[in-house]
Amino acid sequence: MRVKLAIAQIATKLGDVQANLEKHLELIEQAKKEKADLLVFPELSLTGYVLQDLVASVAHRPVDEDPVFSPLLKASQDLDLVIGFVDEDSRHRFFIATAYLSGGRILHVHHKVYLPTYGLFDEGRFFAWGDGVRAFDTRFGRVGILICEDFWHASPPYLLWLDGADIFLFGSASPGRGLNDKEKLESARWVERVTKAYASMFTSFVAHANRVGFEDGLNFWGGSVVFDPNGEEIVHAPYFEEALTFCELDLNQLRRTRARLPLLRDERTALVQNEMSRILSRGK
Amino acid sequence: MQIDMTINTDVARTILVGFIRSEVRRVGFSRAVVGLSGGLDSALSCALAAEALGAENVLAVRMPYKSSSPDSLQHAQLLIEQLEVPSETIEITAMVDPLIQNDPEMSRMRKGNIMARARMIVLYDRSEDFKGLVIGTSNKTEILLGYTTLFGDSASALNPLGDLYKTHVRQLARAMGIPSEIIEKPPSADLWVGQTDEQELGFAYEEADRLLYLLVDQRYSPQEAIEAGFEEKLVRGVVERVRRNQFKRMQPPIAKLSNRTIGYDFLYLRDWGT
Repeated sequence: MRVKLAIAQIATKLGDVQANLEKHLELIEQAKKEKADLLVFPELSLTGYVLQDLVASVAHRPVDEDPVFSPLLKASQDLDLVIGFVDEDSRHRFFIATAYLSGGRILHVHHKVYLPTYGLFDEGRFFAWGDGVRAFDTRFGRVGILICEDFWHASPPYLLWLDGADIFLFGSASPGRGLNDKEKLESARWVERVTKAYASMFTSFVAHANRVGFEDGLNFWGGSVVFDPNGEEIVHAPYFEEALTFCELDLNQLRRTRARLPLLRDERTALVQNEMSRILSRGK
Repeated sequence: MQIDMTINTDVARTILVGFIRSEVRRVGFSRAVVGLSGGLDSALSCALAAEALGAENVLAVRMPYKSSSPDSLQHAQLLIEQLEVPSETIEITAMVDPLIQNDPEMSRMRKGNIMARARMIVLYDRSEDFKGLVIGTSNKTEILLGYTTLFGDSASALNPLGDLYKTHVRQLARAMGIPSEIIEKPPSADLWVGQTDEQELGFAYEEADRLLYLLVDQRYSPQEAIEAGFEEKLVRGVVERVRRNQFKRMQPPIAKLSNRTIGYDFLYLRDWGT
């Protein structure tokens, strides 16, 4: 089976959900014309990133009746969509969230579980921490979604792998930083290194959608990328520019790679569980 | 100790040009105003702005005082011709002399501050008339050392150079083809005859940049910087200068009274809604 994947590497308007929604709908139209099966938007694609006190005013519920999700759900009749937004739960906690839409329904919502609150980041001040990492079934197989800092930690991708994900969809609003003599920023080199490593170690597809544009002095570097189960790059979007980038995932590659390299088969989860229990109960 | 201060100038150029373009246009402007002193920092800011917005959309303003070096005017002219940006020359002598003449005892520092603030007034006036945002020219070295006049040369709508040390400014200027006369000459605020930054600061930029890079970017303690080979007197002096000038890098603090106070818990980016 082959999946035509598209990545919408966009710049957003900070706090202007309606304008961002219109951009989403335009790109969905374009991706539809190109016969994409799945279109992935980056972290907080409907809202922009440094929201601070705008958080409450840009939050939406991923339901039919919501004026922002209603047209997106309708569009998901034609192709599957991954959308970044601020989710507000029934008790008014706000989460950095990503939703997977397919056939007019929400298949999954991931709440960011690692909120960076150090250096230039202040997410923990404004958002609630997600408390689950779950893979879910789609018409292309089992998928796992993570948001930026989630995959700076090794455990969320590992959990998704054990939960059956063969396709990892990562979204970021990654501020560019670490200018030195190299041709890429340190932040770009780091993210590319780890996303490639996950594809290689988990013998899975990994797609990373990163945004571009500026918010005050922060630049977002783009460079969205897709790796195959051999850890080889399938496609690489440009740095610093908006782009709608297409590629094809040949899902049979999962079988070919894992026949050669049975890392998943040999993963010793019971050993992990024993050792985790021992480590976490130390001193008790 | 080897400290490599090399930057990839292509990456820096892409980001800074994109930054100027985005941050000028998203607030509804398409033009910029740059005060051109004839020195390196303003030359680089002007070149970046011209690349971002188109040369015809960047107004270069020369603002000499009667004691300004003729070289400064001449070097600014070189750049104006090279970039093909529109330009104006507005002498500030008639603006500042009446105030300076009020006090025969006035120090060079006070006179220099008055000149820097008079230039700010001219730039913001040209900004309104030309419908262009004022592009800043302060680099990271100056900002950290506080080697700047508050509400004078530090005033701008956006600052593309504020995260580049002087050493980086030189590299990027070379890559962008800024005339070598401008890159090679000793940096000077040109507020009095023969003034140079390095003489006034008491150390060389290159040395200060490498030290600041360790202290600020690499989070070295002062003791670790001394162990890395920097003279103790320089380290202590620079650390104290950085601390003492924090006020120049901030908005004036607001006394908190209410539950929601600007600056503390009323938090929005400037790009709010754009």
